[in-house]
Amino acid sequence: MKILILGAGQVGSSAAEHLSREESNDVTVVDTRKDILRELQDRLDIRTISGHASHPDVLKRAGAEDTDIVIALTDSDETNMLACQISSTIFNIETKVARIRSAAYIRTEGLFNLEAIPVDVCLSPEQLVCEHIEQLIHYPGALQVLKFANGEVRLVAAKVNKDGSLVGQKISTLKEHIPNTEGRIAAIYRDGQSLQPEGDTIIRSGDEVFFIAAKKDIRAFLSEMRKIDSPVRRVLIAGGGHIGVRLASALEETNHVKIIERNPERAKIISEQLNKAIVLVGDAADEELLLEEDIDDVDIFCALTNAEEANILSAMLAKRMGASKVMALINRPTYADLVEAGTIDIAVSPKQITIGSLLAYVRGGDVVKVHSLRRGSAEAIEAIAHGDNKNSPVVGKKIEDIDLPHGCNIVTIVRGEEVIMAHHDTIIEKDDHVILFLTDRRNIAHLEKLFQKDNVLTK
Amino acid sequence: MNWQVIQRIIGILLMIFSITMLPPIIISFLYEDNVWVSFLFGFFLTVLSGLIIWLPVRHSGNELRLRDGFLVVALFWVVLGVFGASPLYFSSQPNMSLTDAIFESMSGLTTTGATVLSGLDFLPKSILYYRQQLQWLGGMGIIVLAVAVLPMLGIGGMQLYRAETPGPIKDNKLTPRITETAKALWYVYLVFTILCAGSYYIAGMSGFDAICHAFSTVAIGGFSTHDLSIGYFNNTGIELIAIFFMFAAGINFSLHFFTWRNKNIAHYFSDHEFQAYLKLILSISAFVIIALLLSDHLDNKNIPITGIFHAVSIATTTGFTTTDFANWPGAIPIVLILASFIGGSAGSTAGGIKVIRFLLIYKQGIREIKRLVHPNAEIPVKLGKNAVSYRIVDAVWGFFSIYLIVFGFMLIAMMMVGLDQVTAFSAVAATLNNLGPGLGEVANGFMTMPNSAKWIAIIGMLLGRLEIFTLLVLFTPTFWRH
Repeated sequence: MKILILGAGQVGSSAAEHLSREESNDVTVVDTRKDILRELQDRLDIRTISGHASHPDVLKRAGAEDTDIVIALTDSDETNMLACQISSTIFNIETKVARIRSAAYIRTEGLFNLEAIPVDVCLSPEQLVCEHIEQLIHYPGALQVLKFANGEVRLVAAKVNKDGSLVGQKISTLKEHIPNTEGRIAAIYRDGQSLQPEGDTIIRSGDEVFFIAAKKDIRAFLSEMRKIDSPVRRVLIAGGGHIGVRLASALEETNHVKIIERNPERAKIISEQLNKAIVLVGDAADEELLLEEDIDDVDIFCALTNAEEANILSAMLAKRMGASKVMALINRPTYADLVEAGTIDIAVSPKQITIGSLLAYVRGGDVVKVHSLRRGSAEAIEAIAHGDNKNSPVVGKKIEDIDLPHGCNIVTIVRGEEVIMAHHDTIIEKDDHVILFLTDRRNIAHLEKLFQKDNVLTK
Repeated sequence: MNWQVIQRIIGILLMIFSITMLPPIIISFLYEDNVWVSFLFGFFLTVLSGLIIWLPVRHSGNELRLRDGFLVVALFWVVLGVFGASPLYFSSQPNMSLTDAIFESMSGLTTTGATVLSGLDFLPKSILYYRQQLQWLGGMGIIVLAVAVLPMLGIGGMQLYRAETPGPIKDNKLTPRITETAKALWYVYLVFTILCAGSYYIAGMSGFDAICHAFSTVAIGGFSTHDLSIGYFNNTGIELIAIFFMFAAGINFSLHFFTWRNKNIAHYFSDHEFQAYLKLILSISAFVIIALLLSDHLDNKNIPITGIFHAVSIATTTGFTTTDFANWPGAIPIVLILASFIGGSAGSTAGGIKVIRFLLIYKQGIREIKRLVHPNAEIPVKLGKNAVSYRIVDAVWGFFSIYLIVFGFMLIAMMMVGLDQVTAFSAVAATLNNLGPGLGEVANGFMTMPNSAKWIAIIGMLLGRLEIFTLLVLFTPTFWRH
């Protein structure tokens, strides 16, 4: 697939990195900053074009004429929208994704369609990150909560600790522990290596487990893995940027929220935007301030500033001063590896969250949703099965008979409203939403073939 | 420095290179010239050495850094030059010393075209074919070929590609994937070769000569299967074909690619380097023709085509001849040799400093004059409507000065080993610019030169092909310091 990425900022360059790793993608990146492009080209096998992202001549040079998908990720909403407009009217690019930050645009109905502004998908990294954190706060103990099938089914990652009731037992006993629920363990990571979960696999303390369950059963499953943390009441947010404010306003009705912002002017603005949350002016790494605001009573401390180093430090400080749980926004995978599972409970990577939502549009098969997991090495995918018994490699087959690539298993099937946990003899029907877990990203091309839209059996 | 990866890549490339020794064996059987054994020896020596180098490290990861890329490229040209010499050395006819064999092989690979062999017309056909093939492989760059066929080079391919072909505008890829870019370049190259061979054949060459000369024409090499070079054929049609293809091979290959893809000839004329290149070739041709007409040296009837032929052949650094141009009167030989310093376009198979660099240096000069008149003016160096960044202008100056310094040192070295001034000057120009023929004693080749001069020439050819920096960077402490 020929992909044009506009803007080589954090999201843009990590999208380029992720997408160019797949053999079948030809990636071109456009930006005005030549030095960033040069650095990017040294590292990745992509083409770079320097110029203004919404200028038709620049797009033409970047090969817009035969591009399949344009992803506009520059800092400016307006540039992104205009670039999509031009890509559509002049270059007839089929799929157009734009990063739109400002809620004013997103909220307006009838704006993003072919007659007005032809953007197929609006992407707001801040919104995505905020939702992600909200889920984590909603399900204390989870490392990641990912939605499938409009949120009815969720994939949850959790670290097993010794208080989980499943520790030291076989997976097959899960049914006896929590009767009347259905769920599946999709993957287990032990010491960084993935294990194929079988019925007689024994869960140990320290394992990272991915399980899938219906929305209502998640808490029950979580309690199998670890001692369930008490619900979050008091939230302290460091950093009044886009993400911080969004999170504060999402949580302020149900929780007790405080938000620390360093810049007095910014603090004034956000205090006007928020209703119940308390806005504090000061430094998030200021011991006195944290003490004054009863850091030891805080249920979760979220360091969400733009500076990841500052996030790490302030989160560590908060933990030491008694916050029951701390979370930090960290983009660099190496940093995340360094601190997670140490003093910082959860590292949230905005890059990775955004990438997942992009991947669904560049996948070859009919894919509804992709979540990028474990720093991009694994993926959870929701795909639709097409065709009929004769011509489809999946429809009408038992799961055990499907030629799945190595490291890939079918976890759940959503048929209309019904959620079916996969067994080896479950038969897949036409238009089923199949949720798969892939531990080895390299086999993605194989998977794409199975779920092709034009349902022709390819060799 | 990532030694294992470097070792692994060198091993693989060497094994691949060994395959190129098989076609001459077929030629040898076809013409029954009885030297196939030396190619078989060469093949086994190369493939086994490659295997021995590769085996211990076959499982190592393949993350190539920029610095590794420089080393791989430089090492590879050196290693290939040596292994490529093996069939020539093993062969009893011609009976070559090791120095001569390496000289010939290096002159072939670097598309220089200087030779130490005489009596070419009587040599075994397979040896002749092998020399031409070396030039053809060297023309587009073996590394570029490797990048095209070895997916395992992956991103590292870009480091190699860039290290092999440094230059002002190489950062722009033709296609997003480096492998595709390399393939596209090789397709263009292949198509040119086929067209050129076909035209030669129609114009009257034998099939063997047509293919052999097509190899050295599109590679801007200059090796021939005859002592008299193109002059042997005494055929105006062949000369015109050679002029056309030498000129075309001196154009940036990405221009060919885009013209091909967009089916639009106007692409050429909107490129500023091409405009300069065209003007340059036209004015040198005009100068040579007028100077020859004024001098009575040649028969007036032949002058236009002979003049253009040599202007194109020498200015693009090919080095084909139809007559003994070194003895032409007045300044003509020197003007031609000086033209070879400019060479062809960047991104072509030509040697020399490259037209684009000269254009930028010239524009810099004009700017200084303007500045004297308007001391407060802000005057950017522009190519067409686009200002050229200071980084590039700096790099061009750096390259130019290093080129001159290297030239100076090599000139001194050549004179120290006993060459006279004209011979030394032209020998360095002929090798550093990857030209081939020189003036004075090296007008017809390097056979009479002492071994020391041959080794200096070998270094010169390598420096020229790798545009100096790639090789020179290995001799700086900065490169090796951790």
